[in-house]
Amino acid sequence: MEWIRQKLDKIKEPFAPGKKYEKYAPAVNAIDTFLFTPNHTTQKGSHIRDAVDLKRTMITVVLALVPVMIFGMWNAGYQYYSQLGEAFTFWEALGHGALKFIPMIVVSYAVGLGIEFAFAIFRGHEVNEGYLVTGLLIPMIMPIDLPLWMLALSVVFAVLVGKEAFGGTGMNILNPALTARAFAFFAYPTYMSGNQVWVSEASKVDAVSGETILGSLAAGDNVSYGMMDMFYGIIPGSVSETSTLLILVGALLLILTKVGSWRIMLSAVIGAIAMGLIFNALPSLGIPGNELTNFPWYGHLIVGGLAFGIVFMATDPVSAAQTMKGKWIYGFLIGFLSVMIRVFNPAYPEGVMLGILLMNVFAPTIDHYVIQSNIKRRKKRINADNTQVKTAV
Amino acid sequence: MSKDIRINRGLSLKLEGEAEKELVKAPRSKTYAIKPPDFHALVPKMVIKEGAKVLAGDELFFSKYTNELRFTSPVSGTLKQIKRGEKRKIMEVIIEADPEDTYKDFGKMDAASSDAEAVKQRILESGCGAFINQRPYDIVADPKDTPKAIFISAVSTAPLAPDWGFILKEKQAAFQEGINALKKLTPGKVHLGVDASSAQYLKDIKGVELHNVKGPHPAGNVGVQIHKIDPINQGDRVWTVNPEDVTIIGNLFLTGNYIADKTVAVTGSEAANRKYFATKIGGEVADLINKVDEDVRIISGNVLTGLKLAYDQHISFFSNEVTLIPEGNNYRAFGWLPFTYNNIHSNSRTSLSFLFPNRKFKPTTNLNGEERALVVTGEMEEVLPMDVYPMQLIKACMAGDIEKMENLGIYEVAPEDFALVEYVNTSKIEIQDVIRLGLDLMITEVG
Repeated sequence: MEWIRQKLDKIKEPFAPGKKYEKYAPAVNAIDTFLFTPNHTTQKGSHIRDAVDLKRTMITVVLALVPVMIFGMWNAGYQYYSQLGEAFTFWEALGHGALKFIPMIVVSYAVGLGIEFAFAIFRGHEVNEGYLVTGLLIPMIMPIDLPLWMLALSVVFAVLVGKEAFGGTGMNILNPALTARAFAFFAYPTYMSGNQVWVSEASKVDAVSGETILGSLAAGDNVSYGMMDMFYGIIPGSVSETSTLLILVGALLLILTKVGSWRIMLSAVIGAIAMGLIFNALPSLGIPGNELTNFPWYGHLIVGGLAFGIVFMATDPVSAAQTMKGKWIYGFLIGFLSVMIRVFNPAYPEGVMLGILLMNVFAPTIDHYVIQSNIKRRKKRINADNTQVKTAV
Repeated sequence: MSKDIRINRGLSLKLEGEAEKELVKAPRSKTYAIKPPDFHALVPKMVIKEGAKVLAGDELFFSKYTNELRFTSPVSGTLKQIKRGEKRKIMEVIIEADPEDTYKDFGKMDAASSDAEAVKQRILESGCGAFINQRPYDIVADPKDTPKAIFISAVSTAPLAPDWGFILKEKQAAFQEGINALKKLTPGKVHLGVDASSAQYLKDIKGVELHNVKGPHPAGNVGVQIHKIDPINQGDRVWTVNPEDVTIIGNLFLTGNYIADKTVAVTGSEAANRKYFATKIGGEVADLINKVDEDVRIISGNVLTGLKLAYDQHISFFSNEVTLIPEGNNYRAFGWLPFTYNNIHSNSRTSLSFLFPNRKFKPTTNLNGEERALVVTGEMEEVLPMDVYPMQLIKACMAGDIEKMENLGIYEVAPEDFALVEYVNTSKIEIQDVIRLGLDLMITEVG
């Protein structure tokens, strides 16, 4: 390690302040700080600091994503081979998925980090780690057959318009990963929805039906999967969304490490259940409803991207509400709206993307009113104080 | 008549290197220094020249904008040097001490039965006005103001903080007299925060409103206690005094002399002789600690709010503590990997240090990361037990938005209240500095 350190110091020499390549220092620093936590010390204020930093936080989220990702790759292969009716082994399934999915990750990171590095150099700040998570999330929520150039374009849109236009990491209003998905969704609808996209190479093989559960429900068809299949995730869908079980494992890691807000997760689940129960209650009110409204409330939690969205997207601290009370309201509305959109609008079988993006937009408003109540309390105190003085005089 | 304050949110850091409860008389320093930068926003004006003889209690300088506010010599001796910094700003006023102190005689006075104005004058002319701090803004109190209350916190919750119970043990009479004097300065109450470890007599002190404080750091911070007892509103002035400084004021009235005794605890993992030292204000730090090199950080104060000192410098005016911890200017390979380097404490759970709640940590001055944009939410609220939105207030301070700062409660906070917020902050931003700059802006714009 000592040897690498010395090499690095040597490489970094021309990038030091006042030297020739000073401007490009953020790029070299990003690589250096990836290998070594720097030797920076505190100067004033608190002389000691917590072990946590943004890299640690972000890597924890990546760790939480890994089980879901590996399962998702296997499931992509499983869906492909099983629908073809061919015999296959575990490794063949995983291999098929990996061959499809790893190029997506590479493209996402290459394009996204490229832009991040460029902006860091241009603006003269260090490279922020936010994209480590975003860059993995984006391929995970896209259909596995999405052409790589479309993926690249979505990443460009998400990072440029979704993030850097607002001032970079920490300033964005919308969740960048969902911005990428929304862009692809509206720009290339045929690649992003329908019953041909959710199983690998379904469009090339006529016999394959790659319909997702929400898709079949919206079409009024019967669902051919059992609830446990849905929970374990052996169903068509994007890499991230199918296995509720492994999403829960990720959620557990996020909650235990306090990286993800359990308040948002819990309230979103409550919101989704509330909306699901309302729809389920329709028949007893004399309204027959349809396949989607009659889909049991607990089913809504385990199909589609709801679970993944709640655990990994809604909890993005930058685009979520930032106050404690705000988080409860924000989470509840995400769950509530996601199920509502999902049921009411069959054109968008996946409501969670729109639900979260909508609440991203409203999060600052929620925070505003939460903070206003704090301000009002403070002003009331002043008024109470003043009247006291008056009566005393 | 006591009221309880229970603090739930916060963080008591357990660190290696507590001071042994043994009081040792420190050797008399060759020089003592009063450092004007210890009094934030003060513009000093010298009254004597280098080479002049002073008695303990003789005036050295006063505040240019508040002439009544005088700063006096803690010892008798000769004014050796006026150290100046950039733009000829006075950094240190150094006095070469006589072997024995001779005191200026202000005359004995019974504070309780004296006229309020006379008490105030006595405090000001002896230089004891310097001990009185004002909230909002956390600056030296302006004697022209009338505070709505005076707050004293005899609770120490800061990491490795000196135990007030031990420091005040033998000083009952002086403390009571100090309270009697302070009572004359306000039409309101004098609030005293104590906890289970406080000296028994503190609970029997007359003339104060007693508050039993329980909970983790920052429960001992006077700002947090003010917030719970009687929060500061716009336009309010409250004053705060450190408990040991109350006894200096008390001794002034009892003896007629300005006896600048300070008990300084030497703490921290790198300190060899960890004890309580009886010394005078502004003594040389070298007289209390072992010889250390560049790889040890000397802090005047505690690890969260103290000031960096060099080995040949003098202890800060308000410090009751000197802390020695290792410098952390080394690289750590892959330091960002979660659940590694568990020997470094973390309030987040990305380190396994939370599994050892009773372990004493040995922190270094390493930043453990680099400065980043504010991303993580919720971590600040966990360690700030105030009805204040920390992240929003910090952003308002950064933006210099005065109205927002006012609305979000800038008057109620001091940099030290944000020390833990700064400690846990994932983005490694110097938050105490941000709050200080915000307060400075309020001073110039609102006053």
